[in-house]
Amino acid sequence: MRVRLPQVGESVTEAYIGPWLKNVGDRVEKYEPVVEIVTDKVTMEMPSPATGVLSAIVVAEGQTVPMGEVIAEIEVEGEESEERDDAPAAVPGSVLEASLTGTLLKDVAPVGPTGSGGPLVADDSGPRYSPAVRRLAAEHGVDLSAVRGTGIGGRVTRKDIEAHVAERDTTTPAADAAGDDEERVPLTPVRRTIADNMTRSASEIPEAWSTVEVDVTGLVALRDGARAAFREREGVNLTFMPFIVHAVAAALKENPLVNSSWGGDAIVLKKRVNVGVAVAAPQGLVVPVVHDADAMDVTSLAKAIDDLASRARAGRLRVEDMRDGTFTVNNTGALGSVIGKGIINHPQAAILNVEAIVKRPVVVGDEVAVRSMMNLCITFDHRILDGAEAGAFVNAAKGRLEAIGPDTVI
Amino acid sequence: MTVLEAVRDAMREEMARDPDVFVMGEDIGARGGVFLATDGFLDEFGAERVIDTPLAESSIAGIALGAAMEGMRPIAEIQFADFIWPSVCQVVGEASRARYGTDGSVGVPMVVRTPYGGGVRGGLYHSQNVEALFAHTPGLVVIAPATPYDAKGLLKSAIRSDDPVVFLEHKRTYRLVRGEVPEIEYTLPIGQADVKRQGDDVTVVTYGLMLHHCLEAAEEAEDRGVSVEVIDLRTLRPLDEQTILESVRKSGKALIVHEDTKAGGIGAEVAAIVAEGAFDYLDGPVMRLTGPEVPPMPFSPPLEELFMISPDQIVEAIETLASY
Repeated sequence: MRVRLPQVGESVTEAYIGPWLKNVGDRVEKYEPVVEIVTDKVTMEMPSPATGVLSAIVVAEGQTVPMGEVIAEIEVEGEESEERDDAPAAVPGSVLEASLTGTLLKDVAPVGPTGSGGPLVADDSGPRYSPAVRRLAAEHGVDLSAVRGTGIGGRVTRKDIEAHVAERDTTTPAADAAGDDEERVPLTPVRRTIADNMTRSASEIPEAWSTVEVDVTGLVALRDGARAAFREREGVNLTFMPFIVHAVAAALKENPLVNSSWGGDAIVLKKRVNVGVAVAAPQGLVVPVVHDADAMDVTSLAKAIDDLASRARAGRLRVEDMRDGTFTVNNTGALGSVIGKGIINHPQAAILNVEAIVKRPVVVGDEVAVRSMMNLCITFDHRILDGAEAGAFVNAAKGRLEAIGPDTVI
Repeated sequence: MTVLEAVRDAMREEMARDPDVFVMGEDIGARGGVFLATDGFLDEFGAERVIDTPLAESSIAGIALGAAMEGMRPIAEIQFADFIWPSVCQVVGEASRARYGTDGSVGVPMVVRTPYGGGVRGGLYHSQNVEALFAHTPGLVVIAPATPYDAKGLLKSAIRSDDPVVFLEHKRTYRLVRGEVPEIEYTLPIGQADVKRQGDDVTVVTYGLMLHHCLEAAEEAEDRGVSVEVIDLRTLRPLDEQTILESVRKSGKALIVHEDTKAGGIGAEVAAIVAEGAFDYLDGPVMRLTGPEVPPMPFSPPLEELFMISPDQIVEAIETLASY
């Protein structure tokens, strides 16, 4: 049987083939991992769809292929081997079932024709472009072969052209020509995804930002005192992040407008509080998500964040780890930053930078005291929120953090 | 107010306003209509203006045609659209071509009202969609509203129209769909579609009961990141080409949803309008999601549910088109 690259996530259209875990001739059990697949943000092991013998590896490690492409063949006992012809109708991605009568094709798997009319079959003479794409390409002088497609089967869509033109027009001409003094580093999928997301956020969202100072002297004392025992008891390091995510999740619950998305003609409030935590991984910044963070205590959050961060650094995040985030916390303090403006993780309503904790002289009452201070910097979508709501949210988080003392029970 | 109440109010107001307006049809007098669209009319307006007819659709349409040619404004009710076929000779063969055939001198200001559509366990003889045949006919106006506001405003315009109108009322919307209707007098322009929801990524063109399914689906699609514009055609002939084209030029993608079967349906006409008028803007195939190519409507409830397009199917179609 042919083994096809499965659809591994929403809006994922292609994947790198990583190392093959089985060699040709090896016996494989159903669900046994056969190959590593690398998509925009996650690496996963692909399970075998059947029990049998791996009879051919069609796509070698290091190549990028669209979803649905045949990547290997498995000889299954009792099943006659399929002929390896490439009849157009058998290649998903090249067939668009245009005849829709009550049922629709899902992803790129072919479905039988229903009702009248035949399928549109793409020929092999190269990629085909829609009229809208051709018109825009001609208007802007775009070489279509240079545009990365995000549509079904890697098609170039109108939005791809618009994004390409926007990116091109903001790039300085000098960057296009690499002379002897320069080196062009090709973009990795993660780098490109980050670039696309940042561009989209910066160009679509009218942002505003502000900063509040938080006195975390009590939190520092609590954490420093509890650290060793926590490590002993729970097996993970106690950092400041679980306390902050705990306070943020509660503040989101109290300020639902911050936990939302811009919906064009409405604001879409999210019922779940899923907090993304930005992690610097070797391949670039990734934002795995702590789902339903509002239902977790500090200990569970510490474990969840530790698990996500270590898997992020090992390149072992799963698709579901990246999905459905409703808000993002960005721990810039780890880099020594004391103030900064994050870019919103589109399409969320806001992002919170957690800056470095530093000891500073602070006026307490009428005296100067040495306190541990930390800045919380919020960047928010001003279409959804005004300063009043954003401020209420940050102050709710601040109040919770400042209420923590050395004796608070974790 | 329900769609049914809107229809009733529109007729009552027009009958009170203009003595030339009268209603006729099977069981519409003493019984008040099978759906009670003319409930109370006999008492209010008398037997001369509220006429119970024999079970003969050809006669209903023929008498209305003659009265209209003599200057009256008849509203002929065909009890179910499924039984409209005997009247086709009068409506399509005569009424539609009177204006043209007399060089403009004779108009036929009649309205043929009829409940149509499935989803009501009506089986083969109480569920049909008849719009495609009438929408093909030059000289006719075909209206298919989906909301109480549109039903009332458009029916009043239809009654005041100097040319024949086939007015299709989806019977599943009669009591199911409620909406605000202004207390003040108003009419709505014939031949104008209405953008019932604004969006950028996909244009969905629909009418009748399916409007409500499409709006539900658009909401769901929005949650999944696809911004959907929903156009309610309201008038099926003449089609509002401008509104359709403006939307598709913006979105680049068009999905047409109707309960009626596909071949030769309203969707085919909309698709052709889009191909002719917005070709350079298309960023995906024009798609149709319609009832299957079997005579509507299966008696079996599960099969009927399969026939009627569901919001889930529409969401799927929207997502497929959006990702193209």
